[in-house]
Amino acid sequence: MSSSKESKEHKEPSKQTSQPKAQISGWGNYPVIESTPFLARYINEIPQTIQNIQQQTTSISPPPSLIASGLRRSYGDSALAEHTLQTHTLNYFLSFDETLGIVHCAAGVSLAELLNVFVPKGWFLPVTPGTQFVTVGGAIASDVHGKNHHLDGCFSQHIISLTLCVASGEQVTCSLTQHRELFLATCGGMGLTGVITSATLKLIPIESAFIDETTWKTEHLSETLEQFEAHQNTTYSVAWIDCLTKGKHLGRSLLMLGEHAPQQHSKDKEQNLKIAPPSKLSVPINMPNALLNSLTVKAFNTLYYHKARQKKNQRIVHYAPYFYPLDSIQNWNRLYGKKGFTQYQFVLPKAAGLEGLTEILTQIVNSKRGSFLAVLKVFGAHNANYLSFPMEGYTLAIDFKIDPTLFAFLDKLDQIVLHYGGRIYLAKDARMSEQTFKQSYPNWETFQTVRQQYGADQCFNSLQSQRLGL
Amino acid sequence: MKRNILIIGATSAIAQATLRLYAEAQDNLYLLGRNTEQLETIASDATVRGASEVHTAVLDVNQFETHETTLQQVFETFPILDIVLIAHGTLPDQKACEHDVHLTMTELSTNGISTISLLTLLANQFEQQQKGTIAVITSVAGDRGRQSNYVYGAAKGMVSLFLQGLRNRLYPNHVHVLDIKPGFVDTPMTANFKKGALWAKPEKIATSIVKAIDKNQSKTLYTPFFWAGIMLIIRSVPDVIFKRLKL
Repeated sequence: MSSSKESKEHKEPSKQTSQPKAQISGWGNYPVIESTPFLARYINEIPQTIQNIQQQTTSISPPPSLIASGLRRSYGDSALAEHTLQTHTLNYFLSFDETLGIVHCAAGVSLAELLNVFVPKGWFLPVTPGTQFVTVGGAIASDVHGKNHHLDGCFSQHIISLTLCVASGEQVTCSLTQHRELFLATCGGMGLTGVITSATLKLIPIESAFIDETTWKTEHLSETLEQFEAHQNTTYSVAWIDCLTKGKHLGRSLLMLGEHAPQQHSKDKEQNLKIAPPSKLSVPINMPNALLNSLTVKAFNTLYYHKARQKKNQRIVHYAPYFYPLDSIQNWNRLYGKKGFTQYQFVLPKAAGLEGLTEILTQIVNSKRGSFLAVLKVFGAHNANYLSFPMEGYTLAIDFKIDPTLFAFLDKLDQIVLHYGGRIYLAKDARMSEQTFKQSYPNWETFQTVRQQYGADQCFNSLQSQRLGL
Repeated sequence: MKRNILIIGATSAIAQATLRLYAEAQDNLYLLGRNTEQLETIASDATVRGASEVHTAVLDVNQFETHETTLQQVFETFPILDIVLIAHGTLPDQKACEHDVHLTMTELSTNGISTISLLTLLANQFEQQQKGTIAVITSVAGDRGRQSNYVYGAAKGMVSLFLQGLRNRLYPNHVHVLDIKPGFVDTPMTANFKKGALWAKPEKIATSIVKAIDKNQSKTLYTPFFWAGIMLIIRSVPDVIFKRLKL
């Protein structure tokens, strides 16, 4: 096994009993906090670990703050706490039914690992977010959505059942029919009900690892929304939106549609179902804060928009660049510099549609804060989970570099979102107020009741839950 | 061709990362480890990832008297062993060992003597079958004794010397003996250490192990490669100087 130690560690007298602290942050690199990490290696060790953490903190008056964390792709503070239980090492497959495509795995398995193992066997994720570097547990806790939300709903809607280690150390298996309330609270529950230890999910069959992609170039926001409407039966749809251009071209977009492509290489199964090669590009260090300024971002947006030459462009593309364009650059979050960034993702109900989006987009364009990554998507119906983000309507996600005046600006946007009956995505959030949260997530009280029933409020808390008054 | 592979200390992080690569190559696996439940978890994982056959048995390496019967069981299941990987180990608390003879002896047993016992039995099997690779994970710590870590270093160094002899003995029998010396690896065993640029992930170590075995290498493998250079320097420092260093 591995070996020696640096002499520094040796001078610390109590290595065995006191765990060293680490600086941790979410994907946005904001906020950064000090936390004591604990490693979860096997499901059966987790109850003991939770108990140890609880015992360490009994002398402190507020309830201990402990949260499970996976690959740290939530942007803000939802996986930050005084103690973190790191679950990315809980990455075991437990069983696979080859005829039905049903996989049972430990919660630390990443979507990338699922794809690497099952794409060659002809299966794909039923729902995938914009990165494959999230764990199954994290995908459930954030109840992530993908480009097919309008047809297939959220990630949790493909979970047959899950096992949760609750505050007492008991492993509770729950589903829509078994401990239903715990299931509804856990899916989208940001890890606040317990530690998700394993899950059973249903994959979808594919003929090839490729996507038949069609890109439509639109001139303005209303055309973008019309195109979404016109392609509502297409499996995957998402729009990259230029959030720097004003006036009649406000909201001009590239609408990217996709369908799983049939077999490409009729004889070569391996080529047909090949997986993504690991990425070789990386941003090694935080970039200077000035790298992304209004000029560079404007240039990027213009170039990107005109990348699509014709009104309609079609190509066959591997699933990795289609679903995970940013995964090809490791640590791309460092482009935003040391101060970090936040992603503002909101949803507006369908009725608010064009009017609400125009109002918010105008604010963003005028602020000149827009970034090179803005994404618009139409959501289908909401599900029964208490804190899941999606509702029928439009969602827009934009990255903002952290600066001293940003949060006041975002507070202003919150008011518009609230006015139209929308809400903010918890997995991206690092700053929304308790009042905004409670007003826009009407089931928060039911959620809290379930947490209390299982003693979770006395054990599982994050910086985010404390900020939101949960 | 499916290979028969025995992994001792299968629940260790490097072993796990390695056996996943063999599972994906659809090989047959025999996994030995101390904890039944953990072994079962790893076995199901290997099966889902593609391993053709997965067998498990519980083995506490410090129970020397069980070595022979357990290995006998393995040889009955796999009459020809293509690869054995010995990966078990602990990281002793050096300071505690200095004040506890019993602890020191136990650590030497876990990290050194138990491996010698297993190798003695395995060597005869490999000698007989006239092929295969014996791969053992030792450590760069075995290259030179340092105040911070010499109990572990002594145990691993003993194994490395033993392997040198074994490589020499089994050369005419076409058996490859690979001594794997990882540097700092980010595993649960080293969870309490601050990680710097020299640290590697177990997956990276696993890839280099599989590659070396595939190439039939019979040598000392420093992994990641730059540890060969670092250890060359460490070994070359004259004792007059080395004894004054705080390493």
